[in-house]
Amino acid sequence: MEADVTVIGGGLVGSCMAYGLARLGARVLVLDEGDVARRASRANFALVWVQSKGMGMPQYSAWSHGSSERWADFAALLAEETGIDVVHQRPGGFALCLSDDEMEARTRFIQRLQAQPGAPRIPYEVLDHAGVKRMLPDIGPDVVGAIYSPADGHVNSLKLFRALHVANGKRGVAYRPECVVDAIESRDGGFRIRGNWGEARSARIVLAAGLGNARLAPMVGLDAPVIPSKGQVLITEKVAPFLHYPMGTIRQTDEGGVMMGDSQEDAGFDTVVTNPVISVMAERAMRSFPLLRDLNVVRTWSASRVMSPDGFPIYAQSRTAPGAFVVTCHSGVTLAAAHALTLAPQVQAGALADELSCFSGARFHVPQAA
Amino acid sequence: MNRIDAAAALAPRYDLVVIGAGPAGQSAAITAAALGITTLVVDENLAPGGQIHRGITTTPVTDRAVLGEDYWRGLPIAERFLASGADYAPAAKLFSLLPSGDEPGRHAEIELGVSIAGQARPVFAGQVIVATGAMERPFPIPGWTLPGVLTAGAAQIALKAHGLVPEGRVVLAGTGPLLLLVAAQLRAAGATIAAVLDTTPSANRAGAARHLLDFLRSPYLAKGLALLARARGGPRRIAGVTAMRAEGEDRLRAVTFTAGGGEQRIEADVLLLHQGVVPNTTISNAIGCDHHWDPLQFCWVPKRDSWLASSIEDVAIAGDGGGIAGADCAAESGTLAAIGAAHRLGRIDQATRDAMAAPVRAALEKLGRGRAFLDALYRPAEGFRIPAGNDTIICRCEEITAGQVRDAVAGGATGPNQLKAFLRCGMGPCQGRLCNLTVTEIVAAERGISPEQAGTYRLRPPFKPVTVAEIASLPQTNAAVKAVVRY
Amino acid sequence: MFRRLPDHNAETIRFTFDGAPLAARRGDTVAAALLANGIATCRATPAKGTARGPYCLMGVCFECLVTIDGTGNRQGCLVALEEGMRIETQAGARRAVAP
Repeated sequence: MEADVTVIGGGLVGSCMAYGLARLGARVLVLDEGDVARRASRANFALVWVQSKGMGMPQYSAWSHGSSERWADFAALLAEETGIDVVHQRPGGFALCLSDDEMEARTRFIQRLQAQPGAPRIPYEVLDHAGVKRMLPDIGPDVVGAIYSPADGHVNSLKLFRALHVANGKRGVAYRPECVVDAIESRDGGFRIRGNWGEARSARIVLAAGLGNARLAPMVGLDAPVIPSKGQVLITEKVAPFLHYPMGTIRQTDEGGVMMGDSQEDAGFDTVVTNPVISVMAERAMRSFPLLRDLNVVRTWSASRVMSPDGFPIYAQSRTAPGAFVVTCHSGVTLAAAHALTLAPQVQAGALADELSCFSGARFHVPQAA
Repeated sequence: MNRIDAAAALAPRYDLVVIGAGPAGQSAAITAAALGITTLVVDENLAPGGQIHRGITTTPVTDRAVLGEDYWRGLPIAERFLASGADYAPAAKLFSLLPSGDEPGRHAEIELGVSIAGQARPVFAGQVIVATGAMERPFPIPGWTLPGVLTAGAAQIALKAHGLVPEGRVVLAGTGPLLLLVAAQLRAAGATIAAVLDTTPSANRAGAARHLLDFLRSPYLAKGLALLARARGGPRRIAGVTAMRAEGEDRLRAVTFTAGGGEQRIEADVLLLHQGVVPNTTISNAIGCDHHWDPLQFCWVPKRDSWLASSIEDVAIAGDGGGIAGADCAAESGTLAAIGAAHRLGRIDQATRDAMAAPVRAALEKLGRGRAFLDALYRPAEGFRIPAGNDTIICRCEEITAGQVRDAVAGGATGPNQLKAFLRCGMGPCQGRLCNLTVTEIVAAERGISPEQAGTYRLRPPFKPVTVAEIASLPQTNAAVKAVVRY
Repeated sequence: MFRRLPDHNAETIRFTFDGAPLAARRGDTVAAALLANGIATCRATPAKGTARGPYCLMGVCFECLVTIDGTGNRQGCLVALEEGMRIETQAGARRAVAP
């Protein structure tokens, strides 16, 4: 198999990179795993979320916000090319607070976030119970208030996944599932990628294999020390639309199911659903919206987020093997537009922009001051 | 028997929890309780018997000839079960099962989530026997979602449990001994059956012939002859039926099919479909048991050792949920699983276990003889497992067609789990119960791989829906709060 | 659609379906009671709004979902009919209602 660019990983990150590259005329090969794989792309919460992003790295705040600003265009592009509406909506999102402590902590957090030098001004409002109730009439008495930001939104991430596959197929991207990569060699200004399926050659490669990047990156002189962060999610049966805004931990999909989530555990690669955690999430969701009480939960799931040591994305080109790029993050939905429309063109051009230099994996090797 | 009607009445811990109160589950409980093992039976139905002996203690059908002696063999089992020392929770749902891990100085326990009357509660168990039985194989034909189309098993349940008989023009269609049995039972109950459409491929006979000798020496022979005698003089039977469809706008009006070289149409009010039963593997799949694809019965079967223990420690699988063998075998296998569990609980030594198991194994050996003949004779036709037409709905809940699945596979969806992401198939209320086998076989056929390679959905709790409030009522831990409440 | 065999010990239970008063036998499930009253259709799917009715009567197909006493999406084949039950067609997706 030969291509201009081989993207390793067929999830949302890899598919967005492949899409962005193919739009610019590159011959792209996507190597993916099979039906049973970690696949954060099948498990995510589908938020396009900005308001809480970037504490400690204002560039990430700007990067997330930039992606959310381009998301509507990106969704329109996909709809035009595939006929699939990924149901991107940006009505603004809420971080509901269930105690005064939480309200105070979240308010301080967003103030500090936006006070960071270089941080973008993302519009937000601090709402009390009455303020929230005006927009979300179904909240319960335990909701003290909320941070609302009009920058936040959500999509149907399974439709996004599908649309990217269809769009890439139409643009001639070669998609090869069940191709686990065992080795990558850099030679003669290009790359040879091998596995038990055979081998592929291309001038460039993009590592977009999620947690697999930790293993792959060192093969081409890159560093992506990502580790799993366990998340659990519940979803109810379909109900008539009543939640017209996404929350950070609760959202109603366009199909009608109400998702509850956002647990974070350091549990290795374990993805077992545990009753104590889903109990806490269900209880908080029910306190937020008492009418969730009698809805049936039809399914739960758990998967591993792709987490770097500081929680921010890793974007870099290899110094020792130029043409090899790593792209990894835990917000593949929020950043989909940025990956397809901003990052992919930089890879195609052969160099990442200076503004992204802060995302290099080299940041994890800064010698500690004595 | 101690009947449990509220979650609060459940003990916090049992030596053994049995899931299902069919012949396997009841037999397991009878054996275990007799050994002094504290036992809970959790069952979804309102009364014991499972589906095969549905309503055995409550049926309004008093004429024993209507349902036949095989049915009434369930009565002594139920009577012994109800007289046993087991706790019995009818109308109860098992929604989760998780090994809770070793605590120092304590044997690993299994945590089960049980819901009764809208209240959920965790229960701990040393051993679990899953005895959730069989379900009817999906029968994806055009129009199978129309009201008025039911499974033959549904009609049998309506008769057994409620004394209800389908009326109007009733058509039965499919293959297998149960289809003939239901036809005979309905006829005995006074139903007018317009036709029995036999979809058994004629080539099956040749394949079955090599198992004939075993069959002739088996208890199935007498059952088969009795069934054929009951069927004699019965409704019009049309053999070699292919290309069947149910027609109607908002409900069934007619059945069309090809037979004898031509297309035929029968007006119908009720169509009862059946092409064999398959293990109900919802729970065994969701808890992560290893399964293999049975290439003769076209279904997933959990892997078990000689004591019916699954690949998950301390979980055994008894009855048809571990592989289709029928009610008599199910009862014996429940006993066997309980003997194995008793030994793992340290209640009987190895010699006692083996001595207790010997007659059970002998009975199972005898009962199993002749099964291969029936399996070969009634192998369901490919065209009724893997719809040839692209418009046929295969996922009833999300209304996904065979053609959509084929397109998605061509577009890179390698298996059932990717298909969920692509199409939402298997993601509706039934959580894939009625499409998983079809999806596996379509993927295998389209990709030219085996069903084993194609795989199946990865299921998750809750095994049956429970409310947000029920989940919120489950015990929480500091670690769980910390995992969720982060600010 | 289904008729009842003669049953002399039967205790009659009254209930309503979409407001219409109906009767069935104690021991019936909700789904059985509907079938015995000639009701083949009990819901419209949320996916495309197509008509559905009881299919398996054993809790696996989820086709007999109905609204019972105001609570939506209940499996009619697993719920025992009770005197005075208010059963309604489950029309598409369930509505979330305040407790």
